[in-house]
Amino acid sequence: MTSGDALPRWLDLVVLPLVNLALALLVCGIVVLVVGLDPWQVLASLAKGAFGSRIGISYTLYYATTFVFTGLAVAVAFHGGLFNIGGEGQAMLGGIGTALVALALADRWPVWAVLPLMTIAAAAFGMAWAAIPAALQAWRGSHVVITTIMFNFIASALLSWLLIHVLKEPGNMTVESRSFGPGAHVPGVHELLAVLGIEWPRSPLNLSVALAALSAVLVYLLVWRTRPGYTLRAVGFAPEAARYAGIRPRAQVMFSMLLSGALAGFVGINEVAGVQGRLLLDYVVGAGFAGIAVSLIGRNHPMGIVLAALLFGALYQGGAELAFEIPGFSRDMVFTLQGLIVLFSGAMAQVAAPTLARAWFAIERRMAPRPVHG
Amino acid sequence: MASVAPAVALRGIRKRFGAVVANDGVDLMVAAGSVHGIVGENGAGKSTLMSILYGLQRADGGSIAVHGTPALIRHSRDAMRLGIGMVHQHFMLVDTFSALDNVLLGAEPGWHLPGTRARARAKLQALMHDSGLQVRLDAAVEELPVGERQRLEILKALYRGARILILDEPTAVLTPQETEALFATLRRLRTRGTTILLITHKLREIIALTDAVTVMRAGRVVLDCATADTTMDALAQAMVGRRVHLGRADDGVIAADAEPLLQAEQLRWRDASGVTRLDDVSLSLRAGEIVGVAGVAGNGQSELLDALAGLLVPDHGELRLAGRRFTPAAWLDPTTARELSVAHVPEDRQLRGLVLPFVAWESAVLGYHTRPRYDQHGWMQHRAMFDDTVAMMERFDVRPRNARIRCAQFSGGNQQKLVLAREVSPHPRVLLVGQPTRGVDIGAIEFIHGRLRAMRDDGSAVLMVSSELDEILALADRVLVMNRGRVSGELPITACTEAALGRLMGDADPAAVVCA
Amino acid sequence: MDDVAVGTLIASTLRVSTPLILCALAGCLSERSGVIDLGLEGKMLLTAFAAGAAAAVFGSLPLAMALALLVGVALSMLHGYACVSHRGDQVVMGMAITMTAAGLTVVLGIAWFHQGGQTPALSDAVRLAPWFALAPDVLAATPTGLEALAIGLLGHNGMVYTALALVPLVWWLLARTRFGLRLRAAGENPAMVDAAGVSVHALRYAALALNGALCALAGCYLVLAQNPSFIPHMTAGRGYMALAAMIFGKWQPVGALFACLLFGFLDAVAIRLQGAPLPLVGAVPVQAIQALPYVMTVVLLAGFIGRARAPKALGVPYAKTH
Repeated sequence: MTSGDALPRWLDLVVLPLVNLALALLVCGIVVLVVGLDPWQVLASLAKGAFGSRIGISYTLYYATTFVFTGLAVAVAFHGGLFNIGGEGQAMLGGIGTALVALALADRWPVWAVLPLMTIAAAAFGMAWAAIPAALQAWRGSHVVITTIMFNFIASALLSWLLIHVLKEPGNMTVESRSFGPGAHVPGVHELLAVLGIEWPRSPLNLSVALAALSAVLVYLLVWRTRPGYTLRAVGFAPEAARYAGIRPRAQVMFSMLLSGALAGFVGINEVAGVQGRLLLDYVVGAGFAGIAVSLIGRNHPMGIVLAALLFGALYQGGAELAFEIPGFSRDMVFTLQGLIVLFSGAMAQVAAPTLARAWFAIERRMAPRPVHG
Repeated sequence: MASVAPAVALRGIRKRFGAVVANDGVDLMVAAGSVHGIVGENGAGKSTLMSILYGLQRADGGSIAVHGTPALIRHSRDAMRLGIGMVHQHFMLVDTFSALDNVLLGAEPGWHLPGTRARARAKLQALMHDSGLQVRLDAAVEELPVGERQRLEILKALYRGARILILDEPTAVLTPQETEALFATLRRLRTRGTTILLITHKLREIIALTDAVTVMRAGRVVLDCATADTTMDALAQAMVGRRVHLGRADDGVIAADAEPLLQAEQLRWRDASGVTRLDDVSLSLRAGEIVGVAGVAGNGQSELLDALAGLLVPDHGELRLAGRRFTPAAWLDPTTARELSVAHVPEDRQLRGLVLPFVAWESAVLGYHTRPRYDQHGWMQHRAMFDDTVAMMERFDVRPRNARIRCAQFSGGNQQKLVLAREVSPHPRVLLVGQPTRGVDIGAIEFIHGRLRAMRDDGSAVLMVSSELDEILALADRVLVMNRGRVSGELPITACTEAALGRLMGDADPAAVVCA
Repeated sequence: MDDVAVGTLIASTLRVSTPLILCALAGCLSERSGVIDLGLEGKMLLTAFAAGAAAAVFGSLPLAMALALLVGVALSMLHGYACVSHRGDQVVMGMAITMTAAGLTVVLGIAWFHQGGQTPALSDAVRLAPWFALAPDVLAATPTGLEALAIGLLGHNGMVYTALALVPLVWWLLARTRFGLRLRAAGENPAMVDAAGVSVHALRYAALALNGALCALAGCYLVLAQNPSFIPHMTAGRGYMALAAMIFGKWQPVGALFACLLFGFLDAVAIRLQGAPLPLVGAVPVQAIQALPYVMTVVLLAGFIGRARAPKALGVPYAKTH
């Protein structure tokens, strides 16, 4: 019996992640001390930078959008029993897809036509990049973890080649494509709010945040309320039982990885179209890995992922602000915390759970002596 | 009275696993330098007894003496030190290593391999010469046939100085020729003074090879004597026990028209290691009958069920079901099986029958999740799933009566009832069921048996695989006995005497007796 | 191409391959014992930082290397604690180590040295010096035809030769010692090892300790030989390339060596080939060459160029069943 069965559900889903988060923060706090800063001050400044101003909140939400996409990508694959580490590469391809559509159409076509097409392209390219490792796993048994790592690097090389040899503007020194035409402009939230008469400061926060929220809802519905979700989870939990039930494992592998790739691909809409307005080299940097952390601490549930994405968004935004204020603080502290979260809620999850279970049962025994059921 | 102390003396061994008493005060005396057979059905307690002797389990009570000296065996290392070696049913070998390296591992005479290997090789060659065991020491284990791998396991034990050798169902995976070779080897070892304990359910092996035999049933010793003083019938009777089963009140209602609901012809299948698991199996099921498949587990029953349920594609054979014909090129699959009203309660409910982390109302539709009642245009109908589960739990008395808790939290018996409820509720025309009451408490057993009879009375056909002979005799109208992948015999229930069944199960074909 | 060009190519191949070889050997040891190691990148990075920082602060080469070894082994022991003793997910642990190392090295670097994450440049006295200095008279002494080899093989620092020497050593350890036999068995059938009375956990921890030490050597090389100091994210994915080389070499030390040399050669040649037309293919973009090691590994994993058989028990935590 795994410790997951021993713990009551709410303990498993809510308290355990919080405990793991607390452990990660504790270790990170020690690092902060070693570096010569005051952890509480850092924490307070982080919170202020993330939520203390409207522009701070906007940036937080903008970062969170990307993390929701990559977090959902990892979660969907996880429910199918696979570990998709290829979010980085799939996000890159999503950006490429977005850019290609934008460069081809955005000069002449209006926004309401280009936007949906870019979204579809982002998903399709992300899907395509996940399809090959998925097929190799399903038909050749190649371990999807290794192949997706390899594909991350191949994607990076592909993006680099595309930018340098195909899309770069002649005469321009920086490695990026030309700017997209007006049709590719993803409305910023400040623009939308302005239409409603609300004044809001300018920020990168754009309509993609709605896509992220929508994705979270749709993933929830899909995984827990539809038949494809039912078969996906069956295969992820118990492949033999799924076979017994007539579910075909290969189809499920493809389904989960393709959906996963599509979700990661949406990062392209947020970063490439929504913020940059052109294709460049480093719009993904670390989003895929952050997605792993987000999914782990969010217990692979869209609700948890949204919360975790907000947390990470806050850390990124607060971290950026802090980097300005405190000499010696850099965003890398956030990366460190990210790694520690993966450590405690992923690899060492087994370490904390039994202790938590013992503590809980001890409390339970103390509080209410129960009659023994027959 | 023997003047030499018995090689092994077990006295009063007791062992229980929870509520199950595996060994109930077992005494066993094994004379030194003899071949001693231990016979019994599944669950008789012989494997537990040997595990205790080899240090894989610790007894709750009783004593062990080896060659007259009391022994405390807590780990297989202690057993090995006392000269006890065991050859398991599932070999403990590294496939990619050579046979020599497999023997070496853990008992290497030195840290530098080439020198160590040379020394071990010399010792092994002497051993092989002595015992007559031939194994290609430099071949990789994955290249060796099963018989040679088994010889390697024996060699491993001998290399470590085993004077007492325990063999657990050694012929389960061997061809007849390999079996003969093994017997020759064991005889030769006996002349060298090795004591051999042979766990088996095959009576002809006992008669052919052993000097003494102990029969176990339900955790106790029921017969213990020299092989020369007994017969196969006596052994069969002891193994199976006295059961009065003639003149059952509810003899089956078999439809007058003999059109079978399901007909399988000449199914043949070999597994990945080349062992034949299904050998020309044919059977037919008619409406309104329960067909019991008896036999010690591992003789092809599981594979038969899987083939009929669409989980295994045989190499050869044909299946006719509901007017359709299936051949290996286009075999049945589980979905089609269910569409054709064939339900399947798998032998391993935890691995296959349920998705343990699912809640009860989700597992309750496993396999039927695409039915319109539960799946409308891709949306799962949670209300319908929940209501049906509640109804099922009510009908089958699943406790606790909570459809919202996870399957893993139900006891084994209740899990089984849940699976049965799911498969029986759609009123299938054919029900394939494996080990229907394994791990189920007494009260629930009667309940489940009643449901199976009700199905039969309603006109369905039930094919039931069970290693509990009691169950087969209580329910079946017709009994098939499987042995080594073949149907060794088929009897109507009225002809099932203890001797007849025991002989069929114990593979006691007199024509195949090997002369000593 | 003339001798000098060929020689320089051989030399840069060796230089680029050295950290790959060390990490690939580390990966071999760990994975042959049954523990997946995706933390090679992180271990190399953190040990490089430790070496660079220690060298800058204490000015002593042995101390720098000792500290790097300590850090490397400590990380591997952490991996063992989570994955071997507590049966945690090995893939996730490897990722955790890499992600944490990436952040931690920069944080500490900025805090301690205030140079944007870099450690101070090290003087030659602290760094690994080349052996066989390539004096002109040495070159003049070499017979013609071997000049390329002389340029290519001589004049490297100790770590390069150490890495090459470690390959047969690790091979010998795995293939010719009792320890190696047991380690390999633990990666194929740990139940059998346990039944034979040998501790699977002890074997895996030992493999991880060696793994940590080898990664530390790779980290030392980066900072004490290749670059004058630690630069943030200086491993640049080489840990994963070493993983790919290990798989490409089918988890064998000698196979991994050839894979590392091949990947190193591709890296060394990539810049040179840029824009230069090749027969049949035309101008090959440098990115294609950069992607080649990864593409080749995928092709191998797909089973199109022979089967890559991982150790049978790889990634499966071992728990006694009785």
